[in-house]
Amino acid sequence: MDTTAALWWAVVGSGVYHGVNPGMGWPLAVSAALMDRASGSLYRAIAALAAGHLLAMAAILFPFSALLFLVEWQREIRIAAACLVIGMGIYLAFNRRHPRFLARIPPTRLALWSFLAAMAHGAGLMLVPIYLGLHHAAGADPGHAAAAQLMTSNWGVAALVALVHTVAMTCAGGALAVGVHRWLGMRFLSRSWFNLDLVWALSLIAVGAISLLTVH
Amino acid sequence: MNLRPDPTFYATPKIAMEAPAETLAFTLMLSPDGSQPDGLAVVDVDPTSKTYGQIVHQLLMPNTGDEFHHFGWNACSSSLSPLTGHAFLERRYLIIPGIRSSRIYVIDVKEPLKAKIHKIIEPEEVFAKTGYSRPHTIHCGPEGIYVSTLGGGGKDGTDGPPGIFIMDCETFEILGRYEMDRGEQDKHYDFWWNLPRDYMVSSEWGLPPQFENGIVPEDLLSNKYGHKIHFWNLRQRKNVQTIDLGENHQMALEIRPAHDPAKDYGFVGVVVDTTNLQGAIFTWWQKDDGTFEAKKTITIDPQPADADDLPELLKGFGAVPALVTDIDLSLDDKYLYVACWGQGEMHQYDVSDPMNPKLAGKVEIGGIVKKTPHPNGKTFGYGPQMVEISRDGKRVYWTNSLYSTWDDQFYPGDRGAAMVMAHVGEGGGFSLAEDFWVDFPEGYRSHQIRLEGGDCSTDSFCYPSV
Repeated sequence: MDTTAALWWAVVGSGVYHGVNPGMGWPLAVSAALMDRASGSLYRAIAALAAGHLLAMAAILFPFSALLFLVEWQREIRIAAACLVIGMGIYLAFNRRHPRFLARIPPTRLALWSFLAAMAHGAGLMLVPIYLGLHHAAGADPGHAAAAQLMTSNWGVAALVALVHTVAMTCAGGALAVGVHRWLGMRFLSRSWFNLDLVWALSLIAVGAISLLTVH
Repeated sequence: MNLRPDPTFYATPKIAMEAPAETLAFTLMLSPDGSQPDGLAVVDVDPTSKTYGQIVHQLLMPNTGDEFHHFGWNACSSSLSPLTGHAFLERRYLIIPGIRSSRIYVIDVKEPLKAKIHKIIEPEEVFAKTGYSRPHTIHCGPEGIYVSTLGGGGKDGTDGPPGIFIMDCETFEILGRYEMDRGEQDKHYDFWWNLPRDYMVSSEWGLPPQFENGIVPEDLLSNKYGHKIHFWNLRQRKNVQTIDLGENHQMALEIRPAHDPAKDYGFVGVVVDTTNLQGAIFTWWQKDDGTFEAKKTITIDPQPADADDLPELLKGFGAVPALVTDIDLSLDDKYLYVACWGQGEMHQYDVSDPMNPKLAGKVEIGGIVKKTPHPNGKTFGYGPQMVEISRDGKRVYWTNSLYSTWDDQFYPGDRGAAMVMAHVGEGGGFSLAEDFWVDFPEGYRSHQIRLEGGDCSTDSFCYPSV
């Protein structure tokens, strides 16, 4: 598997990882459906969670894609981004407290909650090294010249990364929500919930470290 | 922090009902004259155990004069909402406030038989950080641990209104006041909420001078105790509506919302109606437009009595009022238990239709006039008071003290602590278990009960039972 394909799989994989984690919101979609006694509410809630998450990804990726116009500084940008992600990982590894302001968001404002939860946990940051890697691979690898032409603008790649990641997350979380609502029942919630706080922090550090090691 | 959610966190009330039965109960003991330290009794409630019905451990505090009343857990099933962000807390600590001292104890009961003090928050810290005093009801919720208080600032607690403050659910630091806009709320007692619907309901007893040295008859007869319930936008921390139950409905105390968050109603108990001495339960509900309404759905008549059988306070009335001092709702939202502390009765109402409760069972024990003994022959002092229901709804536990100074007015003399249990019948009805009787140490009174792994007045659920 070449670098570009591997990176795209990483975009999808991180989406699935976010999606299946109850902490990122799928139980709220089940709750909405049960409260309203209407499965339509489940899909509306999933859509709201997806919209917030997509916005959070875009809010992080777009500034970096803007930076990429500084073509000569690409290497430095990648190093700085990797350090930022590692820094966030270290911060989250030692400070595993959930920001309390998130608990003040009303249950009806799921998109806002999803946006802020993703921002607070550095969910978008994880995509930055992957995105920069994709950008680099597209430019550096002549075999992907066609792909590079297809996505001539950095914005396009950033948008696609955010979108693919969010679609993967929504499909994974949505499937779990539908499964729990229709067949598995709410007992599945406590059975499937694992404390991934440390794993999450370590994965940020790992992504940053891999990115640092592969900068060339 | 756990790696999995605490096994005693339940997504729905129905799942909680199907969980293993409790084997231990935690009961507060208070020294009415402050001569001994208050304490926490760990009671064996496992019928297969050799020490069934006995206090198997007791933890006494290092201070006297706290007056323990209500208490609660650091974490409950409400943690299972992603919105709270603390799914991996342990249900491990009991938060016990002293309503007379304003001191708060955090007790680690991870090993219940070795329960120990984890932290003490001194009264000065409560005053300084909140401007409130006399902490009372504890609930764990979205922003941490919520503590209601009965007093404001100053020596007698009347400098400013009482309210709710929030504690961090991990460090137990006091974070500050809850209210951003309290509206007309100026007294406080109990509170609870519906988490997905994002509302809170609070009630009113009276200000400290109205209760600390005993009930003030003139204040009661001139309807100066609390008679309003307040509805709040929970997360905006704003009072959105106040319902006056009518000034004759004195002392609106326990708030019991339906446990299933899909249901949009709940109950509140009123101690006494000053026009006719009735006890009452109001059903309150949220309407389609989001506003609230309340209606009286249960009344309990006073019982005629000889003046000779009545304490000073009641002699002039020639009757003994029910005195509805505590109510509790089973996890299936089917049975509401109503303590008639004055008459010595515990009522069980079928509230399947919350607007038309039906009396389904009654147990007589204690009471100002009747003084009904326990079926085991022992004397049950005072009347049925703090009531707690097992998660499965099959057992109902209760104790007998209301509040030190009030006990002495309604039941002069020392009548001893008690804790009893009743079995609930399959189709309703309930009767006292002859083999369950807890002996407390001399000089103590018993107050609120908490059951191992949660009970019917601690846990808030985020998902409907369906």
